[in-house]
Amino acid sequence: MTAPLHDTVPAETADADVAARVAKDAVEGRSLGRIAWTRLKRDKLAVAGGVVVLSLILVAIFAPLITSLVGQEPNEYHQDLIDPLFGTPTGSLGGISSDHLLGVEPVNGRDVFARIVYGARISLLVGFLSAMVAVVLGTVLGILAGYFGGWLDALISRTMDMLLAFPQLLFIISLIAVMPNKLLGLEGTGVRLLVMILVIGFFGWPYIGRIVRGQTLSLREREYVEAARSLGAGRRYILFKELLPNLIAPITVYTTLMIPTNILTEAALSFLGAGVKPPTASWGQMLNTAVRYYQEDPMYMVVPGVAIFITVLAFNLFGDGVRDALDPKGTR
Amino acid sequence: MLTYLIRRLFAAAVMLVVIVLVVFSIFFLIPKWTGVDPATMYVGKASDAAALEGIRQKLGLDDPILVQLFEFFKAIFVGRDYTSAGSTTRCDAPCFGYSFKTEQAIWPVLTDRFPVTFGLAIGAAVIWLIIGLTAGVLSALRRGSIWDRASMTVALAGVSLPIYFTGLISLAIFSYGLGWVSNEYTPIEESFPDWFSGMILPWVTLAFLFGAMYARLTRATMLEVMGEDYIRTARAKGVREMVVIRKHAMRSTMTPIITLLGVDLGMLMGNAILTETTFSLPGLGQAVLKAIGERDLPVILGVTLITATAVVVANLVVDILYSVIDPRVRLA
Repeated sequence: MTAPLHDTVPAETADADVAARVAKDAVEGRSLGRIAWTRLKRDKLAVAGGVVVLSLILVAIFAPLITSLVGQEPNEYHQDLIDPLFGTPTGSLGGISSDHLLGVEPVNGRDVFARIVYGARISLLVGFLSAMVAVVLGTVLGILAGYFGGWLDALISRTMDMLLAFPQLLFIISLIAVMPNKLLGLEGTGVRLLVMILVIGFFGWPYIGRIVRGQTLSLREREYVEAARSLGAGRRYILFKELLPNLIAPITVYTTLMIPTNILTEAALSFLGAGVKPPTASWGQMLNTAVRYYQEDPMYMVVPGVAIFITVLAFNLFGDGVRDALDPKGTR
Repeated sequence: MLTYLIRRLFAAAVMLVVIVLVVFSIFFLIPKWTGVDPATMYVGKASDAAALEGIRQKLGLDDPILVQLFEFFKAIFVGRDYTSAGSTTRCDAPCFGYSFKTEQAIWPVLTDRFPVTFGLAIGAAVIWLIIGLTAGVLSALRRGSIWDRASMTVALAGVSLPIYFTGLISLAIFSYGLGWVSNEYTPIEESFPDWFSGMILPWVTLAFLFGAMYARLTRATMLEVMGEDYIRTARAKGVREMVVIRKHAMRSTMTPIITLLGVDLGMLMGNAILTETTFSLPGLGQAVLKAIGERDLPVILGVTLITATAVVVANLVVDILYSVIDPRVRLA
């Protein structure tokens, strides 16, 4: 099963110069990363997804700058824009105006745009960090299970089976319910964020662990590992220098595809009132408030919903692209 | 087959015990580590020392965890009396605890609400398996066609949309806008048509997410299987294409799908909670959310346990199904 290492060069462009360069390329060979990158660049949807993801990251980092540019604060009340009788915004479409690009929220009249921008911080923070927790745990335990086998493998594999079948959302909710308001120097939203990141990551590691274990099982029997072992390589050398580099591709794929799932879990928890605490802005929490007003003020429901949709879709497109680019079979 | 069955039953029992242990220790140990008196979680905030002491005695909160755990297990089989200061509250077997907030035993609450959640999950599962598998198989067979592109685009949107957002939008359109279906839950014993009308949107909403996931997976698996050598062999022998698809390709496509079904049951429960909240269905999800709001720990514990039990039992069923479809499993 060999990957197509070289692009076929169309005849009309094959002048001497190009041919020489191609030949040089062919001699040097290209790393898996280079091949994947070339393939990824050709996948328009994946590139689009990647661009959106990158812009979202920038939005999250520069949230204070962006909101100050439009002159809004996420927690500033604008009750003059609220109908005192119904609690809904007075303007059309949820109070959209040149001041409030996406309108204002019901009752308090806080600027929706500023809250969406700040909400991106929470979503991406939880999405990325919990994925990191999952990757570290999954890689370490997956390699251990696959490489050593025996009772260690049995123990880790059974734990993975159990965690995968566990109703995790319910579990996280109950865990958050017993968590105190102050913990390890953090307070309120800080505690909730920490718990969410750790627990979402903890329930995510079996997805990575299963793949890593399977790969390790087949890789450890390969000739090059055998060769390293017969040359007297230590266990640590084999694990880190021989096995780990070959696991990077599947780990990357599953991590990119795990981030959107984690973002959805965070939004779900906030939607259920078990996520970050008010007044911290989060998309799921905005939808939670929107439930009460969605007939009178549908705009307030649509905006955070679309924000979650675009974010998750972009990550999924990018992740699918990464998977296809790294998949040597290239069937899809 | 019998040995396999016994082994699986034993594994399921072990898993249940582990789940009880884990959930129980969360509610017992975390308050201890974080320095919160668990008794304060069972009574209101403005409770005096005497009331706290009463609760502690009644629930045996000062006993070591093993004693408490034993009492908990015992109560499931023989019931339990909660006694303090001369007054006794009887909780009949199977006693899953007693809520002191609502002055009710937990078990009747659970049996009351379980059918709603169960009906939601089963109805949705029927829809998503039919739609997801059909869409996936057809897409794989007509790869690159309009049908393939359209259904895969819809599927990608499906996995990227938060379920409570799709739910709210469908409510706004089909129930409030067009008035086609009911937006209220009617118990099935009262009126079957009303129950059905109220359940259509929740079923479809839940099925949309999972159907999308299964369509993507089925397509990918089917594409892989159709490229296998034995498919070519079957065709070369002159087997009709319909038979090749039905008997040769579909059967091996089903194995990873069924594995996924087992893994997804835990996730399904989480999404069922979200769906129930969105559509105000009086199921387990709503019960647990209400309990979280009131910090009613026995109810949270009870719901977590019964959900976990449902997942374990359903997993057992899936495993047995699996061994019927794929005989290799029994031998492993």
